[in-house]
Amino acid sequence: MTLTPVLSAHWDEADSYKIAGYMRNGGYTAFKKAFATGPDEIISLVKDSGLRGRGGAGFPTGLKWSFVPQGDDKPHYLVINADESEPGACKDIPLMMANPHALIEGVIIAAYAMRANHAFIYLRGEVPHVFRRVNSAIREAYAAGYLGKNIMGSGFDLEVVLHAGAGAYICGEETALLDSLEGRRGQPRLKPPFPAVAGLYASPSCVNNVETIANIPYIVNNGVDWFKSFGTEKSPGFKLFAVSGHVNRPGIYEAPLGITMRELLEHAGGVRDGHKVKFWLPGGSSVPMLTPDLLDTPLTYEDIAAAGSMLGTGTPMIFDETTSVVRAVTGWLAFYKHESCGKCTPCREGTWWLSDVLHRFEDGHGTEADLDKLIDICSQIAGRSFCALGDAAATPFPAALKYFRDEFVQATNAPANESFDPVAATVFAGATR
Amino acid sequence: MTVTTQTVTVTVDGVVVEVPAGTLIIRVAEMLGTAIPRFCDHPLLDPVAACRMCLVEIEGQGKPQPSCAVTVSDGMVIKTQHTSEMAEKAQAGVMEFLLINHPLDCPICDKGGECPLQNQAMTNGQGETRFEGTKRTFPKPINVSAQVLLDRERCVSCARCTRFADQIAGDPFIELLERGAKQQVGTSEDQPFDSYFSGNTIQICPVGALTSAKYRFRSRPFDLISTPTACEHCASGCALRTDVRRSTVMRRLAWDAPEVNEEWNCDKGRFAFPYTSEGRLTHPLVRDEAGNLGPASWPEALRVAAAGLAGIGKSTAVLTGGRVTVEDAKAYASFAREVLGTNDVDFRARAVSNEETAFLANHVANKPMDVTYGDLEAAKSVLLVSFEPEDESPIVFLRLRKAALSGTTKVFAVAPYTSAGLAKMKGTLLAAGPREEVSVIASAASHLSGDSVILVGERAAQTPGALTAVAELAAKTGAKLAWIPRRAGDRGALDAGLLPIDGRNTSEIVSATGSAVKGLVIGGVSPEDVDGDLLSAIDKAQFVVSLETRHTEITAEADVVLPVAVVTEKAGTFRNWEGRDRSFAAVIPTPGALSDADVLGELARELGKSLSVSDFWASATKPALKADAASTESVGNGQAVLSTWRHLLDKGSLQSGEPYLAATARVAVVRVSPATAQKLNLVDGGTATVSCCGNSASAPLIVTAGMTDDVVWLPANSEGSSLNLPSGCVVEVSQGGN
Ligand SMILES: Cc1cc2nc3c(=O)[nH]c(=O)nc-3n(C[C@H](O)[C@H](O)[C@H](O)COP(=O)(O)O)c2cc1C
Ligand code: SF4
Ligand code: SF4
Ligand code: SF4
Ligand code: FES
Repeated sequence: MTLTPVLSAHWDEADSYKIAGYMRNGGYTAFKKAFATGPDEIISLVKDSGLRGRGGAGFPTGLKWSFVPQGDDKPHYLVINADESEPGACKDIPLMMANPHALIEGVIIAAYAMRANHAFIYLRGEVPHVFRRVNSAIREAYAAGYLGKNIMGSGFDLEVVLHAGAGAYICGEETALLDSLEGRRGQPRLKPPFPAVAGLYASPSCVNNVETIANIPYIVNNGVDWFKSFGTEKSPGFKLFAVSGHVNRPGIYEAPLGITMRELLEHAGGVRDGHKVKFWLPGGSSVPMLTPDLLDTPLTYEDIAAAGSMLGTGTPMIFDETTSVVRAVTGWLAFYKHESCGKCTPCREGTWWLSDVLHRFEDGHGTEADLDKLIDICSQIAGRSFCALGDAAATPFPAALKYFRDEFVQATNAPANESFDPVAATVFAGATR
Repeated sequence: MTVTTQTVTVTVDGVVVEVPAGTLIIRVAEMLGTAIPRFCDHPLLDPVAACRMCLVEIEGQGKPQPSCAVTVSDGMVIKTQHTSEMAEKAQAGVMEFLLINHPLDCPICDKGGECPLQNQAMTNGQGETRFEGTKRTFPKPINVSAQVLLDRERCVSCARCTRFADQIAGDPFIELLERGAKQQVGTSEDQPFDSYFSGNTIQICPVGALTSAKYRFRSRPFDLISTPTACEHCASGCALRTDVRRSTVMRRLAWDAPEVNEEWNCDKGRFAFPYTSEGRLTHPLVRDEAGNLGPASWPEALRVAAAGLAGIGKSTAVLTGGRVTVEDAKAYASFAREVLGTNDVDFRARAVSNEETAFLANHVANKPMDVTYGDLEAAKSVLLVSFEPEDESPIVFLRLRKAALSGTTKVFAVAPYTSAGLAKMKGTLLAAGPREEVSVIASAASHLSGDSVILVGERAAQTPGALTAVAELAAKTGAKLAWIPRRAGDRGALDAGLLPIDGRNTSEIVSATGSAVKGLVIGGVSPEDVDGDLLSAIDKAQFVVSLETRHTEITAEADVVLPVAVVTEKAGTFRNWEGRDRSFAAVIPTPGALSDADVLGELARELGKSLSVSDFWASATKPALKADAASTESVGNGQAVLSTWRHLLDKGSLQSGEPYLAATARVAVVRVSPATAQKLNLVDGGTATVSCCGNSASAPLIVTAGMTDDVVWLPANSEGSSLNLPSGCVVEVSQGGN
């Protein structure tokens, strides 16, 4: 399957991130079309397109928009989730660097459809360069009259505010994000009420991922049939696949959903020369790892689920045989332990405990009994936690044990760094020798 | 009105029940007698579903659900740990997680023996730990406030304390900080601890993380003897539990009274009890011919007291104070009117007026209970007049705040500025200094209807015309009217008839002593509370009998001192502001301890009479209510009109001996409006001095926006501010002082 650059079509142009570059390639025409079409019709259009959220859960976007009650007297808010903090996920940040106006035009259309006059873009705190870029794009859009009061004489007002987080993975969880945006500590909220009913400032709100919204102008301009000509019935459209790890050309590859990992791997120049795939994760650290024999699985929500993992953010990580599974899993758990918000017991204490035991394995001090204990701890976190971060934290180890039990057994008497030279797994592996 | 509640049918562990729609699963289980273990759940706090201890299985759902946060729906089939392996395993897992980092403090922890974690570890946990690492530790304890200490490693992050502070008290003094396993309760850096209700957090903490500086390490729950009691500190009428070890009160807790204090109380009621055991009078005292006060036997003291009163009975006045029980109040009423034959009797140890006497006689005394806490919650609007609930009746404050936050009730206050309490009730200020009160009360009609309540405080007596205006306002609007005094015994005393109908009021008694008034019988009165010089009146009196619990300035000057029992030693009843009787049992049965009523009975017998229990108000002629004339004193250069009330925690005598409590008292400040500050040359943040008639008090000045002009406010009877004058006085205000 070939690549199909849409969102990334013009990233190689010097001014792709400027309003001029965006408009040269047809930008800021879709929102006028949308204004002429009507908000309910836009919601139907997005529903018909079958677009699914690119934030990880794959929830149908049009359906989500339709949950925002219409005809009420409360303000509505559109919130863009640009917190991208998942290990391995790196697609929204490049998108915002190279094509921020697609996001902004998407915001205009989405806000118009759900009758929101305020939109917030919640950006992770560690990327000031992205903040500057999106901020100047917003400024350009205001200057062009595409944001603000009575946009292009349509009678539609929209204010867009860019907000930087303070560096917490949990603030990517949509309700924690809302709390953080309101100035509180970012911890997930009890649902119900759902954000569509009582979200930001207790008003109807919709939280969408950057990539999801950046798709909208292209769908409006080119139509449902065009969009559905990519991908599969259940996973229509294209996706920014951010391929990372032990590949020759890590980066963003935009391709239809349904491309296989093997095809994608070829586009990325294959596994590092002289190495072979040991395991891979289709979409960030929160999804179960898969083995090389599953490289031909089409990257769709349904096929990856059938293979025992999840498409997640669609940002595959490839690991070759120099990788210590023990070290990888221990590293991920250190991340979840650090990022657990602390609200609920299973995740707060469970990640702490998992991390504690896994570090013993990394140091070569684990026991075989510990392996059962780890599995049991994971089973007591998954499905018991308050939010999906806990579930995510309970994901890496069971999958790793399923495929690489031997390595964990080996780590009961040999430190991971002895079994697997950590330098061998790095990009500079050759250089240091 | 018939209320139809929609019901749904659900199955819990195979038992089919019909319950109101919207009920939480955990409550349904409780109705069936099934205890689902829990930590964060609290029936009076919004659910957070944080601890995950209460997980149950709901048929059709793949994962266990928190029963404290999920409401039932029709046909729901719920399986608790008793019938579901999934629920049982989930609960055991959460318990194991909670214990991996929990210190093995049980043997030295205050909570041990009454600890939900300990108990539920036994019922829903496993015997052995699988944790082999090093537990997380924190330096311990740290102070959340002077009286609340925090051992962070014992905390289970249930957020009960923080939700209490946020949702119930409205004092954001504690928050959960940090994240993950480092999450901990902490105090705010820029917002100082300031809550009258902090003790509740200790009580609802489901582990021993929050402890009381007072009680820490002093007792084990199983060594305590507990008695249900009623609080003696204010007219809110809290139900308390008093815990005693070896005849010493160790602690007091808020007890369950859904109609009154729900499950809360204030820190004064919780911590102010050392007075019951300090400085006590142990035997009667009699003044000999040389003028020296010395110990005497009961028979001798009663004989001397009777002899002294016998000749001057009709010219004797009786000041009971507002701390009397209903039983003692009845005894004082009978003793004054029937035994001594005097109408000079008054329970009001504070500024009083004859307008107030008439108001109380006509609108409050012996009235059935027609305004309740429940009515406050149901009212569309509540008007506060001369009444600052947070300081003067804390549970009224909590209930009004609850009502206001729920959206049913709007609170309006006739007051000189928007107090912190009013802001927490989302109330609206109807700005008025003492001089403007009467007209503002009249114009408040637009906020009231038949669904409203007017709450007027005892301070209204300080503003001529205020009580008349309030009565007229109630009549005009149809709003219900209730009077909320400060002291726990005030309402019972009023109902018993301790009001000077056809007699002299407190101030008149003080000024007539030495002339028309020859003798004084004084109960629990502090001289500084009275508007007038009570100590020099005592000096002038021919004969003074004091019934007291402790050595005071009055007992030092009395001719006969008769020791009486404190609340812990006797049973009795306080009647709260609603008119609701709050009975209590003796906590420490003390041989020889006599209540005021017992002593008065003996004294009556010594005088050849006996006490009766007649209903004074049945035959009393009530004076007509008419407004006293407003003050015409002019406000000159450098002057302002004083507005004042007492903070909840002040120099009140019943708060003595409790330094941790005193340390949480609000500091005294002086307040004026921006225009008045300019006029009087006062600087925000500087020190201001308020003085009058030779007394002065200095405190930091806060220029308060929205405050009535030409008014100066400072607290009465506060540490660092002892200007005990009534509101309405014209005082000098100047920059500087110390
Ligand atoms: C711990 C956690 C972190 C998340 N981080 C992100 C994120 O960085 N960006 C994002 O779009 N969605 C993130 N999500 C998913 C969001 O909660 C939400 O599902 C998504 O923003 C919805 O947008 P979509 O429907 O457009 O996919 C995260 C979820 C969890 C539980
Ligand atoms: S699972 Fe619990 S502790 Fe973990 S991030 Fe979510 S709410 Fe916080
Ligand atoms: S201190 Fe106590 S009440 Fe507060 S969160 Fe911790 S365990 Fe809960
Ligand atoms: S509110 Fe009043 S009655 Fe209740 S505990 Fe406090 S002082 Fe006592
Ligand atoms: S009691 Fe239900 S989650 Fe804590």
